[in-house]
Amino acid sequence: MTEERKYSIIAVVVIAGLLIAPHVMYSVLVMKMLCFALFASAFNLLLGYGGLLSFGHAAYYGSAAYVTAHAMKWWGVTAEVGLLLGAAAAAFLGLVFGWLAIRRSGIYFAMITLAFAQMIYFLALQLPFTGGEDGIQAVPRGYLFGLFSLRSDIVLYHFVLVVCLAGFYIVYRAVNSPFGQILKAIKENPDRATSLGYKVSHFKLAAFVLSTTLSGVAGGLTALVFQLASISNVEWTMSGEVVLMTLLGGMGTMIGPVIGAGFVVWLQTYLAPYGAWLTIILGAIFVICVLLFRRGIVGELWYRNLIPGFPYRRE
Amino acid sequence: MLFDLLGITPQGLLAQLMVGLVNGAFYAMLSLGLALIFGMLNIINFAHGALYMMGAFVAWMLLEYLGVPFWWGLVLAPIIVAAFGMVLERTMLARLYHLDHLYGLLLTFGLALIIEGFFREMYGVSGRVYPTPDQFRGAVDLGFMMLPMYRGFIILFALAVCLAVWLFVERTRIGSYLRAGTENPELLKAFGINVPLMITLTFGLGVGLAALTGVLAAPIYQVHPLMGFHMIIMVFAVVVIGGLGSMLGAIVTGLMLGLVEGLARVFYPEMSATVVFILMAIVLLLRPQGLFGKR
Repeated sequence: MTEERKYSIIAVVVIAGLLIAPHVMYSVLVMKMLCFALFASAFNLLLGYGGLLSFGHAAYYGSAAYVTAHAMKWWGVTAEVGLLLGAAAAAFLGLVFGWLAIRRSGIYFAMITLAFAQMIYFLALQLPFTGGEDGIQAVPRGYLFGLFSLRSDIVLYHFVLVVCLAGFYIVYRAVNSPFGQILKAIKENPDRATSLGYKVSHFKLAAFVLSTTLSGVAGGLTALVFQLASISNVEWTMSGEVVLMTLLGGMGTMIGPVIGAGFVVWLQTYLAPYGAWLTIILGAIFVICVLLFRRGIVGELWYRNLIPGFPYRRE
Repeated sequence: MLFDLLGITPQGLLAQLMVGLVNGAFYAMLSLGLALIFGMLNIINFAHGALYMMGAFVAWMLLEYLGVPFWWGLVLAPIIVAAFGMVLERTMLARLYHLDHLYGLLLTFGLALIIEGFFREMYGVSGRVYPTPDQFRGAVDLGFMMLPMYRGFIILFALAVCLAVWLFVERTRIGSYLRAGTENPELLKAFGINVPLMITLTFGLGVGLAALTGVLAAPIYQVHPLMGFHMIIMVFAVVVIGGLGSMLGAIVTGLMLGLVEGLARVFYPEMSATVVFILMAIVLLLRPQGLFGKR
């Protein structure tokens, strides 16, 4: 079987599963998993393929949620316009912060992105339009293209599914394109990439903006699903969670962040009553991942040749 | 008068500058520890804020459960937390030195979550009050302003500690090994120096400094499980602005940013939380390697 054939079979099975999912599971939970899966995939584009660890992705995710929620609630725009505005806000923020942050690399990059995200957090607490500690509540889900009401969970689910699949496809195309190859080359050896004539900083910035834009789409979708944009979306814990999802699932793999996101969301849902224990367990997973399996779940299975049909090729 | 024009009293300005200087002293001590650890271990210790919080909590627990007074807490809490840190270094961090720096950041982030989650589980999110030590109650009249005794003590004490650490690293034999280890650990090993032991002790020193800062902060701020997180992000910004290359740079930048924050609180309070990040953006634009950083 050719690679493409295998991928298309997997894609068909996954999509069929996702179409059945809301009928056997709580659809809001599946939507939350999808949004986070898109968020983690967008993050992985940066960390797994570009080697850039952003520790402040909550800023883009949360800001987009605020913008989408505000536009839908106070300007009465349709769902797709709300989402686009949110994504545009995330893209703009990503452009500004990315432009500044790519001047340093490695751990400095991580510290800078974290600091900027904290600035957004403070702004979100102070600015009048974000509603401070309360956030923007009772966001209407509105009408898609002004025609279809998204009030019912099952209709919204299909909208979320289509947007997320489109998002995954964009990440997939970006990774498996000349752009993605150059990004990987920059990750492996930035000096070599420079010597081959590539403007390293331009590619890094492009990857950063693409990642923040898709994170913004994920954030806007969450605002629609929960009809809420809250301060917790821009908090550092959110930035940490998306790092954990990617690390746990397997950075640099397509499907890893999706599985990591599903697992972490599932864990949060069932451990929510235990309060601080959730934080302790998430911290422990971080430590275990870094010490024992740095390739993540999917990466490790693949490395040990446990995924049938996808042999690991030693380079 | 300029002061009347701005609606600010000189006393108010000086008081805010004093608060800024106290915060700056904390930033300086924390970023000094961070720089020491980075120099020797090549790791950015994300758990630095959590260990600062732990220092404050251990001092509070010593007082609450055992009746240990402030002065003993100031000695014992950093030693206890440093010992805890050295165990973490031996059992976990030591396995990461051959890997990308990012893994050290991720591991210590996980450790920070565990430590903070543990104290939140034990003590909830309400703060505990650590009483100001008796001998520092009240204020002294400096003629132009009233200086609360304890705040004055913190500034002097923190400066003395920073100076002592600087002298230790720059002027003693062990300090020279430490600097050599930062430059070239392999060569230092060849001279028969026990480098892994030095790494552990350096981590202990950095962590001890963080815990000491926490004890100093305990009577001013409430002892709170989340007090470290805000601090660590501010210190990261300080480190980006100053650069991790020099110890004096870390100290000066820390004090300076504390003062800037104090000034912002007087002239434009809305900006006081974000001014440090804006400065960071400006520094990244004009001098990406940091004020004291080497290219």
